Amino acid sequence: MVEKIDIRVVRCGGSKINLRAPIISYDSRFILCTSGDLVKVYSTSTEEWIHTLQGHTNQITGIALNPANHLQVYSCSADGTVKLWDFIDGILIKTFVFGYPLFSLFVSQKHEGVIFLHCPVSTKSEDEAFQLVAVHLPKSAEQEVEVKELTAVLGDISPNPSCTAVGREGEYIASAKHLKLHVYFFRKQRTFSFSLNATDKKGARNAFTCIACHPKEDCIGTGHEDGKIRLWRNFNNKKEYTHSTMHWHHNAVNTLCFTSEGTNLLSGGIESVLVQWHYGGEKKEFLPRLGGSILHISASSNGQLFCTSHSDNKITVIESSLKVSGVIQGLVKGEEVLTDLMIDPRSKSLVLNGKPGHLQFYSLLRDKHLYNLDIVQQEYIYEAGLDQFEVVKAAFDVKGSWLATVEQRGQKSSDLEIFLKLWAFDEQTQSFVLNTSIAAAHEDQIMSMCFSSSEETTMLVTTAKDCQFKAWVQGSEADTQQSFWSCDFVGSYHNLTPTNCSFSADGSLLAVSFQEVITVWSPETWELLSTLCQPPGEIRDLCFGRLSCSKYLLGTTTKNLLCCWNLLTCALEWCTSLDVWTLLPDPLSENVAAFSYQPTHTDLFVFRPSEPRPLFAHKSVCSGKVHRAVFVPREELLARCDEGSQWLNRSQLYFLSQDMDLLTFSTATEDDRMLAASKRLVVDDSVAVTPFYLLLGKHRQQQEKPNTSNPVTDKPQLPQGSVAIKELLHTAAHVLPAASVLCSLFVSSLLISNTGVREEMDSSEQEMDSEKEEEDSEEEIEACDSQQELRAQGSVDEVTPKLSKAQEKELRKIRKTDFSWMTGLIDSKS
Amino acid sequence: MGEFKVHQVRFFEYMPTGIRALAFHAQNEKMAVARMDGSVEICDCSDNFFQEKVIPGREQCGIEALSWVGDRLFSAGLNGEIAEYDLTNQKVKYTIDAYGGPIWTITGNKQGTHLAVGCEDGNVKLFEVNEDKIQFERNLNRQKGRIISLSWHPSGSKIAAGMMDMIQVFNVETGHSIHRMLVDRGLRTSRSEECVVWSVVYLSDGTIISGDSAGMVKMWDDCTGTLIKSHNVTKSDVLALSVSQNEDSLVAGTSEGFVVQFQFVSVVLEKDEKEWVRTRTFKNHTHDIRAVAEITTAVVSGGMDTQLVVRPLLDKVEVRSTASALRKILFPHRRLVSCAKKAGLMLFQYPSHLELWRLGESEGQAIPGSSLPIIKKPEKLLLLKVKGEEHIRCSIVSPCGEWIAYSTASSLRLYRLNCDNNNVSITKISKLPKVLSSANQLCFSPDSSHLFSASIESSVHMVSLNQLGCKYVATLKPKSGSKQAIHLLTASEDGKWLASANSDHEVQVYNLQKRKAHCTVPIYSSAVSAMAFHPTTNCLFMVHADQQMFEFSIEQKQYTDWSRSVQRNKLHHIWLKRDTPVTNVMFNPKNPSHVILHDMYMLCVIDKSLPLPENSTQFYNQLTLKSLPAEERKFYSHAFKICKTFREILCVEQMLDQSLVVVERPLMDITTQLPAPIKQKKFAT
Repeated sequence: MVEKIDIRVVRCGGSKINLRAPIISYDSRFILCTSGDLVKVYSTSTEEWIHTLQGHTNQITGIALNPANHLQVYSCSADGTVKLWDFIDGILIKTFVFGYPLFSLFVSQKHEGVIFLHCPVSTKSEDEAFQLVAVHLPKSAEQEVEVKELTAVLGDISPNPSCTAVGREGEYIASAKHLKLHVYFFRKQRTFSFSLNATDKKGARNAFTCIACHPKEDCIGTGHEDGKIRLWRNFNNKKEYTHSTMHWHHNAVNTLCFTSEGTNLLSGGIESVLVQWHYGGEKKEFLPRLGGSILHISASSNGQLFCTSHSDNKITVIESSLKVSGVIQGLVKGEEVLTDLMIDPRSKSLVLNGKPGHLQFYSLLRDKHLYNLDIVQQEYIYEAGLDQFEVVKAAFDVKGSWLATVEQRGQKSSDLEIFLKLWAFDEQTQSFVLNTSIAAAHEDQIMSMCFSSSEETTMLVTTAKDCQFKAWVQGSEADTQQSFWSCDFVGSYHNLTPTNCSFSADGSLLAVSFQEVITVWSPETWELLSTLCQPPGEIRDLCFGRLSCSKYLLGTTTKNLLCCWNLLTCALEWCTSLDVWTLLPDPLSENVAAFSYQPTHTDLFVFRPSEPRPLFAHKSVCSGKVHRAVFVPREELLARCDEGSQWLNRSQLYFLSQDMDLLTFSTATEDDRMLAASKRLVVDDSVAVTPFYLLLGKHRQQQEKPNTSNPVTDKPQLPQGSVAIKELLHTAAHVLPAASVLCSLFVSSLLISNTGVREEMDSSEQEMDSEKEEEDSEEEIEACDSQQELRAQGSVDEVTPKLSKAQEKELRKIRKTDFSWMTGLIDSKS
Repeated sequence: MGEFKVHQVRFFEYMPTGIRALAFHAQNEKMAVARMDGSVEICDCSDNFFQEKVIPGREQCGIEALSWVGDRLFSAGLNGEIAEYDLTNQKVKYTIDAYGGPIWTITGNKQGTHLAVGCEDGNVKLFEVNEDKIQFERNLNRQKGRIISLSWHPSGSKIAAGMMDMIQVFNVETGHSIHRMLVDRGLRTSRSEECVVWSVVYLSDGTIISGDSAGMVKMWDDCTGTLIKSHNVTKSDVLALSVSQNEDSLVAGTSEGFVVQFQFVSVVLEKDEKEWVRTRTFKNHTHDIRAVAEITTAVVSGGMDTQLVVRPLLDKVEVRSTASALRKILFPHRRLVSCAKKAGLMLFQYPSHLELWRLGESEGQAIPGSSLPIIKKPEKLLLLKVKGEEHIRCSIVSPCGEWIAYSTASSLRLYRLNCDNNNVSITKISKLPKVLSSANQLCFSPDSSHLFSASIESSVHMVSLNQLGCKYVATLKPKSGSKQAIHLLTASEDGKWLASANSDHEVQVYNLQKRKAHCTVPIYSSAVSAMAFHPTTNCLFMVHADQQMFEFSIEQKQYTDWSRSVQRNKLHHIWLKRDTPVTNVMFNPKNPSHVILHDMYMLCVIDKSLPLPENSTQFYNQLTLKSLPAEERKFYSHAFKICKTFREILCVEQMLDQSLVVVERPLMDITTQLPAPIKQKKFAT
């Protein structure tokens, strides 16, 4: 076995952003949220991902603003460290090492230099008991400090961190567990406990679910399983404590939050309705239909914004007037992913089940949800026990111009309804449009589906439990010229149930497994070429090798065998005993990844079909089973020739663990590169970072620079432009003329008068890197300046909702490009 | 446990009336409850809310408000009269007209010198409270619009008056209005509808709290006459307010049937700055709550659904005990049914009429628990309407079924009943002895030869009856000289003894042969709710409002051994936890050691020969016993046998043939007759 080098499993891309409550920065400009091993910083105004705080090596379990410095944030992680960051610049300031997993983090204004940590009582992971400890953070200049001194504040607290809250000015800390509420007063060092009845006469479920403390008054709000909210007062008195009850939610209250001045109380639950209770009054306001059930609510300290995080991995930014101002959508994870993980060949985005009845397109590179494609096109009813259409299979063809989906209903009952739908990619709308919908494509459940891998012919093969496999091809009607899909061939083999199907890399062979037998067909003639069999055990998964190994066919059986057949000889090349569940060929290399499931964990082996020796092996990549995995092609090749991690050079392997975590492998070089990248990105404070800003804002900075540095310049650059912009931005909106009038004026102001010397421009053009030239060849550049062209391009891109692949690539390049050459150009011009 | 043939009677259509006003007397811990029919009940809050006195009402006399001034109770109603009650004799002492039209409210000041009444014509009238009467003193400045509610400042110098759309604050000395505070009309109802300030409370710190028909509870400052805070409590009306003695808690009753508590709590702990904060909500009523009162340890509320609910405040209760449980008082604590044992007749007492029924008959023998076929249906023989406006105080039918007597506050009537098969006629006995002018309680001797009538000063008049009429025999007077009225009378089976219980908790035993007092049972702290002489031993068996039981031997003039063992062993906590008093005691003639008791929810047979249950043993053990073999059964069995097969029981009586008559009044039947409550939207309906 190859020894594990510096490859580790990370949560990167598509992670949960709803694990803990997001934080809104003091000035309401940024939202910070945990996302796997990272803390992500989003802009509240544009919902753009600005940058990440990277450094933890395990799931981040809590974040809190440093009460002493509002530009700093603490984060704690399951890796046993607390890190202090400057989140504006993305700089790691300090690391406090604790050495055992931490589960949440609380801070208080009053307790400077003290943080409260939610951690297990004993270091054994099986132990369920949790405690709250106070930690005096040592003041030392070192980057990494080990912390040993802890003081226990409350023992035996709820594992749910939303059941603990720090009270007014840090006077007390309140924590609830099941039916008991404990309030610990720091000054008196006394704990008061209050308990509720387990069963009221009306059968109320009284258990506490969440807690929030009023920021200005001594009042604790608690949420309960039956949807009640109780407001506790006088809780420094064992007997004369009192509470009032408010009831709107019909199910458990998931979260409570007081606004910064305590005038309102916000609550949310499974109803996905944000309820704003007027504190001290009876009025309440609602913001309904927010999507998934509300898990966390946080309010900004200046009271402008709220944000709610939802169970469908989404953060909604809400203005204080209860208007949704933005949505940050992460990778939607339902209860299970029925489709495979797929890569859309066009957008290189990850495609899987998203919202019920939808396919989601998720860009792993930018870690951003792109869009949902409504497959079922029926209203989904959120009610338990209903049998509704679900997307169970999906497949893309090689070019990404066709998408096939299978939806089915009635899995539990006898009357199964199956729809096979084929979607064509429409260049104009840049999305998939339904082309053919085939009802009852098979009589029974469709087991697998794949497109032919050849570029010339598009063919779809489906296998189903009705002992048939069908091939579907595109045809067209003579009179209307409309293309549609129809069945071309129905195949069966000894009335056995077909399970898997796979096309060879060139599309000349189709392998269909019938229980123990693999049949190889020629799609041209539909002739059964050969049968391969290696009993005992049914075939669980099969795939063809790629590139140089395309002569090999791989199959795994239920009897722990991984077999490799040579198709030229139709003989078994090699065979090894391995309990493999999933075989996954890398489309860009010969490598094949195999996930082998052990009773408690899953192992990964990467090998070439040509030799039965793994290139790479990783024991226990995660606990539980790995159901789905996918190779995601990299944007650029990793320049690294280490043998062990070579297989990661071309593409990245993502897989879904049992508890729906999307995990991937990261190499050390990658870590370094990302860390470097995050340091380079310095966010300007004044303007939110948008692609438009990157183009225009940079330009304005450069424009100011020559003015100061170069006093010889007789007139400022682009006088019309700056005047027009100034006019546009500094005039009151109601006195401005119509936008249509201004638009042409504005665009023309951006143009630079074409009086400049041609040669100088040419010389500057040569300074541009090769990528730029390549782009220039695509876009026709005439007399006007490339600089101007760029600007126009940028604004156009901003408007188009869906970018073509080329455009996107270009824009990304622009963003990364240093624009200092432009200054040089301008200087030289003047 | 014996087996009985049971007449299950459901044709007594007893209908309680709604509660209109409550007044709490803090020193004596007495609660005065005024009902819609004009009756006033006095409950002893320290004695499990036992209704110790009932003053029957009159026709056309609606009480709107009650007020204690010292130990005197006053009421006022829409007939424009103020009435003072004679609590010892349980009747109206006098009434005077206030000459201001209908009176909406009456309230006395803390000093006990003055009464203020609010009239329809806009006057607040002050009455001086004299030794024996009240005297009109003067009017405060007359306002436009009726005065709905009044509250004195504890100092007695100012009065807040709730009116239509506003609250006025008067200086009592000058009679001038100091402030006029306008109350918003509700947003939900139309703007033209006036806002009624149903209730005001004036606190000693100068805060005025009002509850109005817009559903708001508002706190006002009397210095500036401005609104401090307003709480929207309900969508409909806030009808009643009451503040606790130390003014740190306020309860508001709403027409949606819930009581909202407000507490005066410090906003920041351990700081003096306090605020009224809405805290708890108690939902125990189905209809409008017309009156609330916060007493020391509980919130008492009553309304249109006729029940008096006592909701304990657990934070004020020192020790959790039987007194600190939720209590609902639905049925009167005295008997409205009397029974002619020999003739099989039942007399039902309604406020202004009596009904006489003959019980039905059945045939055959049946296994226990099953019902018998009816061969003769029960039959209403007589409906006797009361002459005059006054309501019936007490009524009785003689055991032989030949005599019917009833008494109102001012008159007593005796009728002779002639029953020839289906022909029923009554003749009024016209010439009654003068002593029988009115009675607090009536009782016939078991042989129907004598009538006992409880009269003023705890005395009992004894009258002999014969075919011609009645003749005064003697007056039995207690030695103690107590002036309280008698609420229970019982005569022994052999006609030798008579026992009376009065609201001073005294039980007197008279020797009827010697016609003088025989002895006095030692006074127990709780009132007697039911008592009876044992037919063979002549021991007096008494059950008290706090669920304690005593057996007193008349001959030895001391408690019997069994009674002492009960006191020694203590009763089972489940027995003590019951919240309705025992209202009748009977004895099983087949087995002299069996005592039959009942309260509203159960029938109980106490077998004195069996050991008393320990606190740790299972109290309701009949089902468990059934499953045990006979030998073990003996070991586990204890004296209390409870039967809960009946619905809400008004009365259980024993007939001569040893069958039982159980008069049931299911609560469902009462609630269906109530007016419809305010419609409320319920979730998922």
